[in-house]
Amino acid sequence: MKRDILERLLKARTDKVPVALVTDLSSGMQSLVFHDAVHGGFGLEDHHLAEIRARLRQDHSGLVEFPDVEGYEDEGPRLFVHAHNPPLRLIVVGAVHIAQLLTRMADLAGYAVTVVDPRAAFASEARFPGVELVHSWPDEALDALVIDARTAVVTLTHDAKLDDPALMVALRSPAFYVGSLGSNRTHAKRLDRLCEQGLSETELKRIHAPVGLDIGAETPAEIAVSIIAQVVAARRNAL
Amino acid sequence: MSDDILEQAARWRGEGRRVALATVVATWGSSPRPVGSTMAVDEAGAMAGSVSGGCIEGAVVHEAQKTMEDSEPRLLSFGVTDEMAWEVGLACGGKVQVYVEAVE
Repeated sequence: MKRDILERLLKARTDKVPVALVTDLSSGMQSLVFHDAVHGGFGLEDHHLAEIRARLRQDHSGLVEFPDVEGYEDEGPRLFVHAHNPPLRLIVVGAVHIAQLLTRMADLAGYAVTVVDPRAAFASEARFPGVELVHSWPDEALDALVIDARTAVVTLTHDAKLDDPALMVALRSPAFYVGSLGSNRTHAKRLDRLCEQGLSETELKRIHAPVGLDIGAETPAEIAVSIIAQVVAARRNAL
Repeated sequence: MSDDILEQAARWRGEGRRVALATVVATWGSSPRPVGSTMAVDEAGAMAGSVSGGCIEGAVVHEAQKTMEDSEPRLLSFGVTDEMAWEVGLACGGKVQVYVEAVE
């Protein structure tokens, strides 16, 4: 890999720009394919670029079948597409004790983590070193964070005036996971309130509650394990 | 977390070490790490990341060091049935192809 390619690849990752690294396995030549640009090495036809960009969107790395590429008949596919997408995101609403552990575990699992809590005493740098903190009201915060299909949202405040506005936004977003802390009883009341606010049954069914996989978790750390496990299971279509 | 591995590769290279990258480009059966898994190797054999559950890393490091010497990329195949070509195999019964390239 040329230094130039490596540096551009690292910059794209820092800037959170999706990019596919395409390698010709027989020559070692490489190109970087962005959604709006191509940089480097060897010529790719428009229909190759379309396929490569589709795979980038699907986060699908692998060998690509381009029968019109020279040598395909003898050697088979020899172009490798390595999709580099920005990390999955986890937005945690409620800078509570469980959140302190969940954010560390999510970071280890490769998630970019944001904690939302207007209560500055909870969402403090001292309690969440190095974590992105947002102090605006949860609905405003989630609107500004622009939830996409690579985002998971977990509400942990236990407080209707903070959790409900967050859920109103999250349940109408393409988030791949929405979870909310609270017992069955708390959750039943929550569903009543959100229903009155105009959320549909389909939207309400998206909430994972009580949050987390049922592993008998008791301590904040154990609950955090159950939550991150459920987020991973949702992402990998294993729920 | 493959970005951490690329950053490690760039750091090592910046320190003047020779570095190679190994990437899983294809898998069959129950291979331990998915396509796109990456490992960086330096000239002394230090590793960051992985391309299997530890079964083939030793052999990959060996090939990576050859790649650092001659700058020729290599496409390696590992599988349990491939004993003729490789003394190392995957206990899980899977098969993987690993592409090894030098960082210039």
